[in-house]
Amino acid sequence: MFESLSERLETAFKQIKGQGQITELNVASTVKEIRRALVDADVNYKIAKEFTDKVKEKALGEKVLNAISPGQLMVKVVQDELAELMGGTEEGLDLKTSPTVILIAGLQGSGKTTFSGKLARFLKQNRHKSPLLVAADVYRPAAIDQLKVLGEQIGIPVYHEPDQKDPVLIARNALKEAKTKGHNVIIIDTAGRLAVDEAMMTEVADIKAAVAPQEVLFVVDAMTGQDAVNTAKAFNERLDFTGVVLTKLDGDTRGGAALSIKYTVEKPIKFISMGEKLDTLDVFYPERMAQRILGMGDITTLVERA
Amino acid sequence: QKTKENFLGKIGRALAGKSTVDEEVLDNLEEALISADVGVDTTVKLIGRIEQRVADDKYLNTAELNTILQQEIAALLTDADSEDYRDFETPADKKPYVVLVVGVNGVGKTTTIGKLAYNFKKAGKSVVLGAADTFRAAAVDQLTVWSERTGVPIVKQAMGSDPGAVAYDAVRQGVATGADVVLIDTAGRLHNKIHLMDELGKIRRVIKKVLPDAPHEVLLVLDGSTGQNALEQARQFTAATEVTAIAVTKLDGTAKGGVVLAVANQFGIPVKYIGIGEKMEDLQVFNKFEFVDSLFSLDPSA
Ligand SMILES: Nc1nc2c(ncn2[C@@H]2O[C@H](COP(=O)(O)OP(=O)(O)OP(=O)(O)O)[C@@H](O)[C@H]2O)c(=O)[nH]1
Ligand SMILES: Nc1nc2c(ncn2[C@@H]2O[C@H](COP(=O)(O)OP(=O)(O)OP(=O)(O)O)[C@@H](O)[C@H]2O)c(=O)[nH]1
Ligand SMILES: [Mg+2]
Ligand SMILES: [Mg+2]
Repeated sequence: MFESLSERLETAFKQIKGQGQITELNVASTVKEIRRALVDADVNYKIAKEFTDKVKEKALGEKVLNAISPGQLMVKVVQDELAELMGGTEEGLDLKTSPTVILIAGLQGSGKTTFSGKLARFLKQNRHKSPLLVAADVYRPAAIDQLKVLGEQIGIPVYHEPDQKDPVLIARNALKEAKTKGHNVIIIDTAGRLAVDEAMMTEVADIKAAVAPQEVLFVVDAMTGQDAVNTAKAFNERLDFTGVVLTKLDGDTRGGAALSIKYTVEKPIKFISMGEKLDTLDVFYPERMAQRILGMGDITTLVERA
Repeated sequence: QKTKENFLGKIGRALAGKSTVDEEVLDNLEEALISADVGVDTTVKLIGRIEQRVADDKYLNTAELNTILQQEIAALLTDADSEDYRDFETPADKKPYVVLVVGVNGVGKTTTIGKLAYNFKKAGKSVVLGAADTFRAAAVDQLTVWSERTGVPIVKQAMGSDPGAVAYDAVRQGVATGADVVLIDTAGRLHNKIHLMDELGKIRRVIKKVLPDAPHEVLLVLDGSTGQNALEQARQFTAATEVTAIAVTKLDGTAKGGVVLAVANQFGIPVKYIGIGEKMEDLQVFNKFEFVDSLFSLDPSA
């Protein structure tokens, strides 16, 4: 999709070398190139700026200037910093409480309902739980049917109230039902909402208050652009979510939004969703995401060659 | 409530007491464009053109810079070849006017079809919906709700049936009933999945068996909050189905949809509609000057 960062940097450094000595001054132009690559990958502009300032400092310390292949060493520095920023080790769900309440929220069409199905399947198969799915989207046409179809596919019951227009009540009743029927996890699928929609944001905060979830997962489309930061911040302010789910990573997006969200709200990315089928859920690997944002395969061999 | 500041206001201040557009002004401009998802390439190109214009026109005040900016950005957008669509008119010699709606997952295809059905009907046209998303859970039910809401007939088959067959039936029914417009919904698909993209080509060919010049329009729906990936979406969908127009959805959020500038410019595809909500009234015919205006207005985080 885009020229890889390492190629771009090699070209930039070659030009500099042609002019004679590499100086701190012309490293600045390379940093600019890194910034552009990040922004091309949908990393937030301001974050990309702060990030590259840090990289510059570190790169100068690591004597990039004297390296045989400064471009590749620079890529290595960026890669390491990115991976660190994307956040250390994988973080699981807190499943100690029974029933564990998991609330799913996010923008329209981000993949919440699909993820709810995937998570239920995952918890049943991999954690031997007995989940209850809850259809708390009372707005989108056929939202309840959609969750019911998914529930059938994986053999997991779906709590729904066809005539109930208040999702807070649905969530509360579902929790009661889970307790009577002995489900040890409930997953509440909510309607898509915009962060600027005051009434809808209050609604989801009310759902949270009513069921006191152990996990609130913010579902975000990996193709999201610069606005990811504003959205994540707004959802976090209202919901103080416990983790992020990145969806549609089976596409070819670089997924820079992941970095922006992580950087802004400092919450772990817990799952990645990579397909429409319900068995396409994975835990999140920070290094892989870092490589993806930069647009390169095997960085290690590149650096070794350098 | 947070105070919102118009980007042009920022530029204005940066310019106060200056007679030339300097580095700082251009940096601010760059930030505003990139923050709206316009993308690096298009931003760099735009800034270059503005520098050029400023030099040529002996730019004097901020009002003039604003005008130049608007003109340069609007110039990137392709105009649609007919103005008829503004009143939801369809060409007399294309009846039924067949619209195939395509795009990646969750962008708003089905909802946009509901809104279009509402608007065409309001303009006095008879409409048929074709439920050719037979894949996603309850996709047919969703379109059925829209058909009920708008009072427009729907052609559908069981889930899992061949989408081409549904499209074929829908166009046939459109012809048989003398309908003015046939709107065909398709399953969301990521543009990097070859077999799914091939399926679109197949749907197209099947439609042609009923009406050789159909589909008259292939409407690519793009989510307004999508970043640079929208370019790749446009490239792949254009290659597979000869996209003729774009609808940008979810512009009621804070996303600016700036990537549309790059898409429209690079592929010469006009933006026809924008989605600004989830209700059937929430569709607008695209106005490029308003759009350009909105690109610069109101960064809520500012
Ligand atoms: N390719 C791909 N498609 C996905 C993924 N996750 C969800 N989808 C698709 O994206 C579309 C939207 O998914 P939904 O689960 O309905 O999204 P939602 O957030 O519940 O949508 P609303 O309830 O309308 O806000 C559907 O077509 C899904 O099949 C994914 O990881 N990869
Ligand atoms: N706020 C807002 N939401 C929208 C708009 N257009 C669509 N939506 C919402 O986005 C979500 C997805 O819309 P759909 O019409 O189901 O999208 P789709 O492209 O048909 O999805 P798939 O068929 O699953 O690929 C729904 O919750 C819609 O209500 C819009 O203009 N503004
Ligand atoms: Mg949903
Ligand atoms: Mg659809």
